[in-house]
Amino acid sequence: MAIDPVLVVQIALVVVVFHALLLAAAGMVWAERKVAARLQQRFGPTLTGPAGLLQPFADVIKLFFKEELKPKAADTVLFYLAPIISATTAFLAFCVIPFGPPTDFFGLLDRKIPLTVADVNVAVLVIFAVASMGVYGIVLAGWSSNNKYSLLGGLRASAQMISYELSYGMALASVLLLGNSLSLVDLVNAQSGYWFGFIPKWFVFLQPIGFFVFMTAGIAETNRAPFDFPEAEQELVAGYHTEYSSMSFALFFLAEYVNMVTVSAVATNLYLGGWHGPVLPPWLGVLWWFAKLSALLFFYLWLRWTLPRYRYDQLMQFGWKFLLPLAVVNLLVTAAGVLYFGL
Amino acid sequence: MGFETVAFYVLALLAVAASLGVVAQRNPMHSVMLLIASFGALAGLYILLDSPFTAVTQIIVYAGAIMVLFLFVVMLLNVGREDAAEWDRSHPLNKPAARRLGAALAVFLLLELAWAVWHATTREAVGLASVSSGGVSSVAAIGRSIFTDYSFQFEATSILILAAMVGAVVLARKEQE
Repeated sequence: MAIDPVLVVQIALVVVVFHALLLAAAGMVWAERKVAARLQQRFGPTLTGPAGLLQPFADVIKLFFKEELKPKAADTVLFYLAPIISATTAFLAFCVIPFGPPTDFFGLLDRKIPLTVADVNVAVLVIFAVASMGVYGIVLAGWSSNNKYSLLGGLRASAQMISYELSYGMALASVLLLGNSLSLVDLVNAQSGYWFGFIPKWFVFLQPIGFFVFMTAGIAETNRAPFDFPEAEQELVAGYHTEYSSMSFALFFLAEYVNMVTVSAVATNLYLGGWHGPVLPPWLGVLWWFAKLSALLFFYLWLRWTLPRYRYDQLMQFGWKFLLPLAVVNLLVTAAGVLYFGL
Repeated sequence: MGFETVAFYVLALLAVAASLGVVAQRNPMHSVMLLIASFGALAGLYILLDSPFTAVTQIIVYAGAIMVLFLFVVMLLNVGREDAAEWDRSHPLNKPAARRLGAALAVFLLLELAWAVWHATTREAVGLASVSSGGVSSVAAIGRSIFTDYSFQFEATSILILAAMVGAVVLARKEQE
């Protein structure tokens, strides 16, 4: 029985992407420590490996050896299900994201395949659907811990994620109108080429407001500072993961970082032209993709150590009374532009 | 058996088992989670029917949005467990007439299901390709048919939802002094 080489490459992609995501999360932990330290005029980790690069692995080993604690009154099934849901949905969203131009691996395959785990024709909606499932991990963690701080953190998280999901979706819809597709590969390819020969045709130039709304909502969706209410330390101890220890805590931690990578990857593909860029030959587009992703991830860290946390009512006011109307107007203007000027 | 048949039976079994669990569970939180699992299995069945758009919408609307509201209500009311004794004896609906009506409806439902299964097994199978070749799975086709053939139904539903929204705002608003 002949094995289809495309199938082998696809399976290899699954394995590679999964481990790359794990490594990316570890890298982000290191980068966060380093960036935080530098912004506060410290050095950050320096002893564990060169420039402290092995620090995340030391952290993981420490977490492995911690005792797994569970409150006596906790709901056992849901208590252990919650971190699993969080981590699974975080990884699941990434499987529809392409990270490079369609390739045949220098003639290894007889046809070009897109560089993604699953090339779905409704990829954008899949990301949205998976994001809406991610809420459950946090809500269940908050409820099943049987702790008032956890419950409050879980409730805040879910209210925040539901509120900002609307703006997130509206911003996405504007891009879909411009690209006239729901497939991420098509949307990235719609951004190839240049205006006047030097401005790249990235959607961020057509959708500056959309990009702002998307990134803001994305940061709120991933519960990162300045929107990290679910774990606002001075009010809620540690929010929904107060009662978690050892590896079940590590899963929440992992999910947060993988979600950051996913949101940044979606923004790269939808607004920053994905793997398209000047200078480099097209087959090195993966490098452009990684460069843009890294820039966005740095932006995440930079923001966290620059802005203080809002107040919770300010967050809700901002989401419902400013961001959502802005996203709706942006969508209307975009629709009119596409209809009357054929952008 | 091909891959699709196996996947169908796995997903169907999952959907039925989860739905039974929703009813059989005493803990309302577990019921909610099982209902989400059941919706997930249904979405899998839609993917098998070659309509990923329906599957994703099922997840976003039902498993995502609606079930989060369910979860909120259950969490905030903090209903611990349904007390079995109370439900058996002192429930206001527990009357002989109500029991007879329920039994009759259950028999009717079983007959209907049996008829559907018998009908499905005796009829000739329609190939998947011939069903979805009209582009039911394509988002553009769905959009076009909603805004042309079914525009009246679409608008009527929109007005209904708008009315529900306005009603919710009116009900939730605090009385101004």
